[in-house]
Amino acid sequence: MSALLELKNVKKHFPLKSEKILSRDKPMLKAVDGISLSVKSGETLGLVGESGCGKSTAGRVALKLLEPTEGEIWFKGEDITNYKGEQLRKLRKEMQIIFQDPYASLNPRKTIEQTLAEPMKIFGMPKVERIKRIDYLLDVVGLSSYHKRRYPHEFSGGQRQRIGIARALSLEPELVICDEPVSALDVSIQAQVINLMEELQDEFNLTYIFIAHDLSVVHHISDRVAVMYLGKIVEVGESNELYTNPQHPYTQALLSAIPETNIHKEKERVILKGDLPSPANPPAGCKFHTRCPFAEEICRLQEPGLKTVSEGGQMAACHFAKEVMMEKVLT
Amino acid sequence: MKSVKPLLEVKNLHTHFFTKAGVVRAVDGVSFDVKPGETIGIVGESGSGKSITAMSILGLIPSPPGKIVDGEINFKGDNLLKKTEKQMRQIRGKEIAMVFQDPMTSLNPVFTVEKQMVETILAHEKVTKKQAQQRAVELLNMVGIPDPKKRLKNYPHEFSGGMRQRVMIAMALSCNPSLLIADEPTTALDVTIQAQILELFKKMQKELDMAIIMITHDLGVVSEVCDRVMVMYAGKPAEFTQTKKLFDNGRHPYTTGLMNSIPKITPNKEKLQPIKGLPPDLRSLPQGCSFAPRCNHVMASCLTNDPTLSEVDDNHFVRCLLYEQSKKAVTT
Repeated sequence: MSALLELKNVKKHFPLKSEKILSRDKPMLKAVDGISLSVKSGETLGLVGESGCGKSTAGRVALKLLEPTEGEIWFKGEDITNYKGEQLRKLRKEMQIIFQDPYASLNPRKTIEQTLAEPMKIFGMPKVERIKRIDYLLDVVGLSSYHKRRYPHEFSGGQRQRIGIARALSLEPELVICDEPVSALDVSIQAQVINLMEELQDEFNLTYIFIAHDLSVVHHISDRVAVMYLGKIVEVGESNELYTNPQHPYTQALLSAIPETNIHKEKERVILKGDLPSPANPPAGCKFHTRCPFAEEICRLQEPGLKTVSEGGQMAACHFAKEVMMEKVLT
Repeated sequence: MKSVKPLLEVKNLHTHFFTKAGVVRAVDGVSFDVKPGETIGIVGESGSGKSITAMSILGLIPSPPGKIVDGEINFKGDNLLKKTEKQMRQIRGKEIAMVFQDPMTSLNPVFTVEKQMVETILAHEKVTKKQAQQRAVELLNMVGIPDPKKRLKNYPHEFSGGMRQRVMIAMALSCNPSLLIADEPTTALDVTIQAQILELFKKMQKELDMAIIMITHDLGVVSEVCDRVMVMYAGKPAEFTQTKKLFDNGRHPYTTGLMNSIPKITPNKEKLQPIKGLPPDLRSLPQGCSFAPRCNHVMASCLTNDPTLSEVDDNHFVRCLLYEQSKKAVTT
């Protein structure tokens, strides 16, 4: 099956202020530094990593909300990397985004009806249809049509996130990028919104890129998961396989750091030393070597590429990926 | 179980906020105790009253509009609610210390870490400035900050999130408190850093033999560090018991609802079972049990009778009518 969205070696670098004004090489913050991903129609790809690893930037570049510095973006078999203006505007209909903060992403001065109508107005839907569709959308996300005359402040966080979802769905997109859609919500509400998103996916055959830092939520909703570290994908694979048999030491450490709610499960914990290095000045070689418990000379010198590490197509970027698997050092 | 004299005893605490829009019953009848050296977890969702409980203990309720309308807070045998502000200042930071969620806003950005730490120490201990500086170095070393002498001269913004939280913990520990209140201390941190900080809490507790009240919304954190847990809902305790009992045999429908809402990392993914509906408005709580409108086991009597916290099992307290008939009510 062909991919709905494909990123090919995409980079996004942001220029930083240089200390030397006349210096020729400008310092760059390498938020996304060469990632390749493909997302199949109807699947959910989870993108996990700690703050500053570039997962949100990757999502925005995929939507062309940010221009990639390098690399190609393919959507439905077309190279959209250089799409601009009208071409890009048409594309927006098919790719939408849900934001993290349901408080900041709705205009406080617009009623829900106005917010939901806006995208449809832009794409020229007649008023009669718009009104019908707004009622339908509110119903689909579990709100009532009398809610449409209200303003965002009259809703709770979970309800606002439902409105954000309704807005994203208003133009019947195929791809929805969900950037930490449930992390601002309380656990009981979070579960409601996750269930809603799963139901909507089945109903409308949506494709999700689900960006989050909560590993259990990502596991729950995703078919495949990609783990990012300092702008790179360090491991990607089918979600059950990746979680039960992680090959990259960073994935192993991340998974072992999740506080366990099963109190009978004794687990070996890998506690990583130190903090995430700055993406403005990433370490040479393997970017993880400064915190990796298994780092050797080669890791400091040479950057490992992604290689297939299992029959299921799991890929990891570590010099010792195969050896780690054989020795099972961490389990 | 041996009966140890509790370090802190909160009895029937009621903290209300008198606002223009009505009386907000943020904490509405909370009782619990903390023994020396143990870790008590207070879990609940936003608005359940867990932070207000902590602020009440510290005497930090902004008044007006807030007021502790009823209850007792006994710390080492003295009722803290009877203390003057001056006396409270002696206790706060020395006997009872606090670590907040957001280390960036709880440190002063315009002073170096050294100045802030020395100030705390000098305020409570009879030491010279030199000795205080020496103590600050020891503390930073203890919480695992490399090169503490140099780092003391830095400003808060020069530390990463995890490091800042370590500084906060060092400051809280500076006068060897017997009780540490930690309000969502790892919520703003990434998982790998969270694991480091939780490990640090465990280590410090062992070394200094202090009691900890850990306030969190994360049941995972509770299971990692707490001896006993109180689950709060709408300003009232729903369940209070040993951590092991809560996870093995949680009785209150809200507790089980919370546990079922968390995705588990197991190969067969089951659909999550969320708690239906929304938390109630604390200004107009429903009659009867405040969880009744969202409860799966709701009975007719739940809508009229507000249950009391009763002991359903040895040291296992639940506030639910499902368990009330057979059990003895706790007198507070």
